[in-house]
Amino acid sequence: MDYIDYIKNPWPWYVAGPLIGLTVPALLILGNKTFGISSSLRHICAMCLPAKIPFFTYDWKKEIWNLFFVFGILIGGIVAITILKNPDPILINPDLAIELAKYGVNDFHGLVPVQLFSWESLFTLKGLIMIVVGGFTVGFGTRYAGGCTSGHAIMGLSTLQWPSLVATCCFMVGGFIMANLILPYVLSL
Amino acid sequence: MSNNINLQTSDEFIVEQESHDYEVRATDSVCINDSHLHHKWYYNFKYLAVGIIFGIVFLKAEIISWFRIQEMFRLQSFHMYGVIGSAVMVGLVSVLLIKKFKIKTIYGEEIEFHDKTFNKGQIYGGLLFGLGWAITGACPGPLFAQIGSGATVIIVSLLSAIAGTWVYGYLRERLPH
Repeated sequence: MDYIDYIKNPWPWYVAGPLIGLTVPALLILGNKTFGISSSLRHICAMCLPAKIPFFTYDWKKEIWNLFFVFGILIGGIVAITILKNPDPILINPDLAIELAKYGVNDFHGLVPVQLFSWESLFTLKGLIMIVVGGFTVGFGTRYAGGCTSGHAIMGLSTLQWPSLVATCCFMVGGFIMANLILPYVLSL
Repeated sequence: MSNNINLQTSDEFIVEQESHDYEVRATDSVCINDSHLHHKWYYNFKYLAVGIIFGIVFLKAEIISWFRIQEMFRLQSFHMYGVIGSAVMVGLVSVLLIKKFKIKTIYGEEIEFHDKTFNKGQIYGGLLFGLGWAITGACPGPLFAQIGSGATVIIVSLLSAIAGTWVYGYLRERLPH
């Protein structure tokens, strides 16, 4: 039973990172598939509402593996939260805890802060910005950039693509600007 | 379209159509389906399996945690840097080994790599995505895992992300690249 307890604890980076890295050869060897997740959003657009937009007018059925893959991620989330659930609250950096407490965020149970991301908060200005505007920016930005953390940062850097390095640096710059300069204003709403 | 295509040219037409289709799919995408084999749909279950393992790692390593992303962008924790850094290292070595030993797919197909061309979208789009990443605490993959972990309101984030992708496709011709 010690073994199961060990698996239930949060996994360190040196276990998780290599496992994620192995997804690259796994997908290539299973069927010449290039690792990338944000494309799934494009395939969903092509499938549901192509609206004669050239960018969405292609045979999405050829990319259906990508939708199986992301659906698997969703199921993986269910498995991890039910069978392998870590019962303890997430340990976070004390400085972050102090900062978030200023905005009334002090519940660290769960991976997503329930005080910010919940159906109730969706109908507040803060929730609307974080859930809807945030999500929109992720979808628009990743497609504009031609990939996300998986396609650019992991697959792109693994194959030494310099445009992916540019994109990855821009992801980080955008993230630093949001977390340090803009998010404090959003959280105080 | 001329309607006197005989059997031979209609074959050519299909090939042309397929290559056009591939071109569209490959536009601005690092993620393209390179296999030339035509398999039944249930062959895709193996990617579901890879996805499940991937989702478990996402949750167990707390990569999909909003708090971990905030720590990363405040330089308060090494965790995310360690995850992404070691993932790239393992990916890099794997790709080198695949190229060096000309490793084939399980169906004996040669593994193909495509170079990515630079356009300004990687800068503008990258910055925009960075902003969204820090606010939602999720890139597209974690959105799916967060929904699985029971944060059902993230379905709204996912739908917003799909809407964002659609609006990009709609405005694409008018955006600087």
